[in-house]
Amino acid sequence: MTTALTAFAVALATGRIRVIDLTHTLTPGFPTIVMPPELGQCAPFRMEEISRYDERGPAWYWNNFTMGEHTGTHFDAPIHWVTGKELPNNAVDTIPPEHFLAPACTIDCAAESAADADFVLTIPFVQAWEAKHGRIPSQSWVLLRTDWHKLPPRQYVNLSDDGPHSPGPAPDAVKFLVEERDVHGFGTETIGTDAGQAAHFTPPYPAHHYMHGRGRYGLQCLANLDQLPPTGTLLLTAPLKIRQGSGSPLRVLALVETKP
Amino acid sequence: MTEPLIRPRRKDPLKKTREPLLPQGVRSRTAHGLTAAAAEGRFALQVCAGCGLAIYPPRDACPRCLSSRLPFQDVPPGGTLLAETTIRTSTDVYFRERTPWRIGTVVLDCGPSFVAHLHGDVAEGTRVRLSLRLDKSGNAVAIAMPEQSSQHQGDDVQLREFTCDPKFRRVLITDGRTAIGQAMARAMAGAGASIVFVGIADAWKPFPGETALRTIPGAEVVSLDITDSQSVADVAGEIAHRVDILINTAEHPRAGGIMHRHGLTIAHREMDIRYFGLLRLAQYFGPTMRARGADGVNAAAAFVNLLSVHALMNWPQYGAFSAAEAACLSAAQALRAELRGGGVKVLNMFAGPLDTEWFQTVPPPKLSPAALANATVDALRKGIEDSYVGDIAQDIKARLDVQPKALERELGQ
Repeated sequence: MTTALTAFAVALATGRIRVIDLTHTLTPGFPTIVMPPELGQCAPFRMEEISRYDERGPAWYWNNFTMGEHTGTHFDAPIHWVTGKELPNNAVDTIPPEHFLAPACTIDCAAESAADADFVLTIPFVQAWEAKHGRIPSQSWVLLRTDWHKLPPRQYVNLSDDGPHSPGPAPDAVKFLVEERDVHGFGTETIGTDAGQAAHFTPPYPAHHYMHGRGRYGLQCLANLDQLPPTGTLLLTAPLKIRQGSGSPLRVLALVETKP
Repeated sequence: MTEPLIRPRRKDPLKKTREPLLPQGVRSRTAHGLTAAAAEGRFALQVCAGCGLAIYPPRDACPRCLSSRLPFQDVPPGGTLLAETTIRTSTDVYFRERTPWRIGTVVLDCGPSFVAHLHGDVAEGTRVRLSLRLDKSGNAVAIAMPEQSSQHQGDDVQLREFTCDPKFRRVLITDGRTAIGQAMARAMAGAGASIVFVGIADAWKPFPGETALRTIPGAEVVSLDITDSQSVADVAGEIAHRVDILINTAEHPRAGGIMHRHGLTIAHREMDIRYFGLLRLAQYFGPTMRARGADGVNAAAAFVNLLSVHALMNWPQYGAFSAAEAACLSAAQALRAELRGGGVKVLNMFAGPLDTEWFQTVPPPKLSPAALANATVDALRKGIEDSYVGDIAQDIKARLDVQPKALERELGQ
């Protein structure tokens, strides 16, 4: 008898389903989001050796590491934003585990982002994508492919004297995705789910404001979105189970079907 | 006149690096009064409180009136070189490899006579200015200097045993993102450093002065983040053997006391940048510097800490900052003992608030970064180990010396 899971296992084993790692390696040099210097800052990734087969531990190698909840490729829980602070099951430890497996649509904005670092995803752009690939299904992640993950750190963060410049969604587009398409969450390659200049949008940081205000999730600093098909991806996004955690670094795996 | 120093040739990689040796380093407790003066670049002797006699060598009773009240105080350093001799060999291993070495007898105008090291420009029978310096063992010795300064005076081979002159040395500035880091890079280049390595963390973040920094003669930007052990290890692996003077310019001044700050995030960052940063630099650069303390003209010479004078006494308005600075001062004292075996000095530059954005609301006087950088050059040229730069630092030090408890109350008002 072939159950769904054994079929799945066979598909994995035979390469019918491919696993794509959407995660950046955690390194000390990977940029963290920049806040004004008088505000609290997210800690970058740091590692200290406990021992390495030496006098501190003769037969074993291990490290202590420190970082913020929002360092590297990471997951945003609704409690991260003030709009989601009163929602039930809004922290990484209380989110139902089945929410960590969900399908994903990938909207390709790579060309537009290359032409304009301040590119914003609009409702017409989403509708044009739907005209080509079909309506975004309910409870599906929407991933913004910008190829931003390929940029070196300076261009990746792209700080200017008026702040960072990187692509992201327009406020009405986020509202549309949440209210009209009932999406599971929003994922980006950039350092946040919002555009670099989103502090100046109304509301500020709309992806955070609307997604988390409605109990939806965020993924950022994703890699390899250029390897995903527009539809048909299954995302595995289980954050660390941190009590009342607002987010967590995590390994994001995408499952895609290869053509027979 | 002193022959100008010749830029050292590249080191012959087949030659064994000369190991550091120290001159005789035992002093009595009383004689450390001279060490204290030399550490700050002062010329002080015991002066009898009973009869006013200036005394050398240090004693526990006045040879004239037998008073035991013999405080050290600054005295005029002028005198005459009566006689000189040149030592051509020695059983002392340190001096044996530094001969010929001139010494002489100096009679000071204020009374006592000294057997002193001689600067190359002084001649028998002439007027001299006696100067207390710290030798490689960290103890005070006297060197007779010419009364008038001349262009290449600092290049004298005997004098350079006591100084950490940046000329032809290679300097690492650990953080070049800040005004003080950039002023320091300029000052060291101006003082004749052959290379000024300038550490830049988070190179993806633009910073003021970035373009100008790269145009400083001899400046080489290195990617260095002293909050990241791996980064410090990587940079040390590349350049530790070429760093003769390390100047830790990493700073993190933030206002706020101990009780009212919300949480520990800022305090963590303060300790990471300042205290743990110092530890990382000490661990990864220290051993190589210590081993290179006698490596020719550009031997490793100094590890420089820029400290707030409030390391000495907490300033509650910047209370957590002061505490982190105090931790750095304590670590610097340990490092000083650890580097001494290599003849490498730890120089602490104490300053009050700098005229930068993080002391914006503090009223003047505030120290300009350039003034602190120039004072650091001066301190290295003198070979001292504690420098109090600017009005605030000197005032705090003076009040601390007189009445620490009063200072504590005054700073807390």
